Amino acid sequence: MNRLWKYSLAALAATTMVVLTGCSSTPEATTKVEDRTATTSIVAPNTGSDASTSGVGTAGSSIATVTAGGPAGAGNSALRDPKSPLSRREIFYDYDSFIVKDEYKPLLEAHAAYLKNNRNARIKVEGNTDERGSREYNLALGQKRSESVKRVLTLLGVSESQIDTVSFGEEKPRNPASSEAAYAENRRCDLAYSGE
Amino acid sequence: MKKNALRLVLTLSMFGICVLSTSTRAQLTIDIVGVGAQQIPVAVAGFGGNDALAQQVTSVIEADLARSGLIKTVNAAGLPRGGDLATVQFAELKTRGADATVIGAVQAANNGMLSVSFRLVDVPKQTQLVGLSFNVASKDLRATAHRISDIVYEQLTGEQGVFSTRLAYVSKSPGRFQLIVADSDGFNAVPALNSVEPIISPAWSPDGTRLAYVSFEGRKPSVYVQNVSSGARTLLVRAPGNQSAPAWSPDGSRIVYASSQAGGTQLFVANADGSGSRRLTSNGAIDTTPNWAPDGRIYFMSDRGGSPQIYRMTPEGGNAERVTFEGSENANPRVAADGKSMVFVKREGSRYMLAVQDFASRQVQTLTQGPVDESPSFAPNGKLIVYASVYNGKGILAAVSADGRVKQRLGATNADVREPAWGPLPALPK
Repeated sequence: MNRLWKYSLAALAATTMVVLTGCSSTPEATTKVEDRTATTSIVAPNTGSDASTSGVGTAGSSIATVTAGGPAGAGNSALRDPKSPLSRREIFYDYDSFIVKDEYKPLLEAHAAYLKNNRNARIKVEGNTDERGSREYNLALGQKRSESVKRVLTLLGVSESQIDTVSFGEEKPRNPASSEAAYAENRRCDLAYSGE
Repeated sequence: MKKNALRLVLTLSMFGICVLSTSTRAQLTIDIVGVGAQQIPVAVAGFGGNDALAQQVTSVIEADLARSGLIKTVNAAGLPRGGDLATVQFAELKTRGADATVIGAVQAANNGMLSVSFRLVDVPKQTQLVGLSFNVASKDLRATAHRISDIVYEQLTGEQGVFSTRLAYVSKSPGRFQLIVADSDGFNAVPALNSVEPIISPAWSPDGTRLAYVSFEGRKPSVYVQNVSSGARTLLVRAPGNQSAPAWSPDGSRIVYASSQAGGTQLFVANADGSGSRRLTSNGAIDTTPNWAPDGRIYFMSDRGGSPQIYRMTPEGGNAERVTFEGSENANPRVAADGKSMVFVKREGSRYMLAVQDFASRQVQTLTQGPVDESPSFAPNGKLIVYASVYNGKGILAAVSADGRVKQRLGATNADVREPAWGPLPALPK
């Protein structure tokens, strides 16, 4: 706020505004010039006159660019051994559904057994959706999917404290195409063990 | 910083006819695909003085007025340039069908400043409607042109102009997401945030100094609040689960957001600095996409009734009243600044399109045809709505007038753009 006001005041000081009075109904250029600098009610926008900042935009202030930190890199894990049932990490869903289908029971039973035998292990369930529907609704739907997996795992005896749920909604599609096949790939929960 | 700006191209057509073929340097693709029933014909006769600068000002004003949908720019080729009332060719303007003309000049002033003056002239009455002169730094020339467009638009239509506002939107290119802030015509696009992880749901603070948005940089969606000019930013709340869908209170003191911290997706509210967070809704359904209306009530989407529909409640939470009853799915409500209507996304079959609902009559009008229209955001004057759409397989921004008559497409050439948020009017001293 203070910064904006500083800009506005600087802009006001740097900007003079003059009213050109075209008076009569004849197109004569009898331009009486009225200087309204002191009482100006209109100032050119985007006059953020702070020379030290690369000022752009029209709302009286500049824009600073920030670079976000990336996520921690995922490492390899013995749990990723393709010979182990624990390497299977995907649960797929029907459209707009968060019901875990029966075919994923063996997969989740294997993970539940591992988690029960390794009480220090933690698993993250990442819910994803296809691109149809609003982004925020899909974020919520992905959350329901991840919680549906959590529910199955806890019913199989896993401690709630070992399970984290997160949703990426439609934002991290595995297949970016707009086809039924891509949608089916993207309606998915992924399982990830902490430290991977 | 400028090199990061989107490279965008302008094509402007109206009924398939190119009406603006001057050497504009615009960065936006603006396709006007429908026009208002009544348009005021205006000739932007061309500014005099420094040629390059005058041409730039002329182009910006002409493009702004054409984009408004309420004004039709009349061919001004060959008309005398300059700000002198005596040289205005009223007979010729009448022949060309102009009801008004904009004349002006750009000249060097003291201390390296530029003097930009203009007059808006009523052609049938041969009188000046308004005439102003600005002393500005050369870097503010475009902004000054937008301000002139605002004044011309307001004089001719009686409506507040929004050419001096800014847009925020998200640009996605391979491996990179950017939260961009640009002028309302797409120029001066500067990234406010670069990230390798997704960014969604930007929301301007009512004073235009801050953006709240959702960033996935922490391997989960979290709400951040960033000061646009300084870049200083904070995590709104540190909580388990996802935090998303931030929306500011009308006074800018609080933010309502969706969170999965207590299971499901429910609405929470916190002070804008993240303190004092508390839960607003408590049910097993999805509650999200809140929008804080000018009257203080919070509109949001919930599937508590079986399908996603729009509800409203007081900011204290508690009982919510259902607002939409038609259609299988309605989401993303955004209430107009006058509080009389809202725009939202409605689903019809597999299509998602924008619709407005008038609160008094409960009448719903479909504004767009989809198939993938989302994330609507009102211009501060309530006359235009910017939204995300898909065109030729690519994410673009589009705008539609609140009456559905005027439509335009605004696209980038080498990136998917989405999630637009129209910023407030600039804070001008009154």
